[in-house]
Amino acid sequence: MIDKFIATAEQALADVPDGATVMIGGFGNAGMPAQLIDVLIAQGAKNLTVVNNNAGNADAGLAALIGKQRVKKILCSFPRQSDSWHFDKAFRAGSIELELVPQGTLAERIRAAGAGIGAFYTPTAYGTRLAEGKETRRIGDIDYVLEYPIHADYALIKADRADRWGNLSYRMTARNFGPIMAAAARITVAQVRETVELGELDPEIVVTPGIFVQRVVRVAPLRKAA
Amino acid sequence: MKKLDRKQMAARLARDIPDGAVVNLGIGLPTLVADFLPKDREIVLHSENGVLGIGPRPAEGAEDEDLINAGKEPVTLLKGGSFFHHADSFGMIRGRHLDYCVLGAFQVSVKGDLANWHTGGADAIPAVGGAMDLAVGAKNVFVMMEHLTKDGKSKIVERCTYPLTGAHCVDRIYTDLAVIDVKPDGLHVVEIVGDLPLEELQRLTGVALKVREPVAQ
Repeated sequence: MIDKFIATAEQALADVPDGATVMIGGFGNAGMPAQLIDVLIAQGAKNLTVVNNNAGNADAGLAALIGKQRVKKILCSFPRQSDSWHFDKAFRAGSIELELVPQGTLAERIRAAGAGIGAFYTPTAYGTRLAEGKETRRIGDIDYVLEYPIHADYALIKADRADRWGNLSYRMTARNFGPIMAAAARITVAQVRETVELGELDPEIVVTPGIFVQRVVRVAPLRKAA
Repeated sequence: MKKLDRKQMAARLARDIPDGAVVNLGIGLPTLVADFLPKDREIVLHSENGVLGIGPRPAEGAEDEDLINAGKEPVTLLKGGSFFHHADSFGMIRGRHLDYCVLGAFQVSVKGDLANWHTGGADAIPAVGGAMDLAVGAKNVFVMMEHLTKDGKSKIVERCTYPLTGAHCVDRIYTDLAVIDVKPDGLHVVEIVGDLPLEELQRLTGVALKVREPVAQ
């Protein structure tokens, strides 16, 4: 029998080792797996490489993970925010490495990893500082930059509903990086609002098929969506 | 010298978005354009974080934290709207499916180079977001910015001194003083705000401006 439901987030993240590459879903608060991040902080793994669109906000979640000096490197598109003080401090102190990636290139590098693509040419960033040192190629009349996939040991994502096979549905813009990170990581842990019986999820609305998901944890919502 | 305020700039740009267009509005100043899109046109707003068909801001208390735009502000969804993941969202951008994007800028060069993501300062923390993808992907790239910096220097320049977001990517510039097209042979003035003489606009801008008579005012 296939049963990917795990009783607690603590159990689901117990084996994350030091030095792991961890993708964290979400864009702002939408789709951010807040409870999983809290458990990762308590779990203690360090020297992590984190992949996220941002570099944490205020004092909770990813910001707290960075504030506790557990992240040695971050790949993201938009670290600088009005409330990214934990990242800002670590960056200025030289204690965190930043790989700044244009958002679409970040998404496609993640997608490529999950789809078995060895590398791809993108027009994004050609002629800019973010393409310096990278292989380029003119195809037709467009210049492209060669980019490589981003693989991960773990993906921590938030979905809406799941069944025990790990099939996931999402809610509105909380989908964002979830589906592609699920495919790119060796072990994907999804926190969900609701777990349902097999067969209750309409196959037509399954966005992430269970093949991409290894562990599912149901969490109580932090606050009720309006 | 009459200058358009931020809302007037947004209203001026909004007039040029045609019925049926799919548009991405950058964070900051460009987001204002949404408030001025002509009501008799059906215009589909795209946001990088996976949504097509963004509607007006929700009423106070009706916000949903799962429904936001790229600026992380709460939004609503119009009938016909849809959600998709990030790779599909940027596939739409790079795949040239968006008709227009509107971006803010630090500088635009006479060749249409755009600088809007990094001041290049030694301790400045860079953040690029989706700007580089939008710059290369949208069919029409509109820039919306003040014509001059706070200390009176033109933001339209011969060569960008700030790090580039994209090369040769800007099609049209909307400022508080003028509307200017970027063409292969240089910058063409389309419209001047108020009764600012062309010679004065030329003096303030510094780089060569071509004029396609008659210039609208």
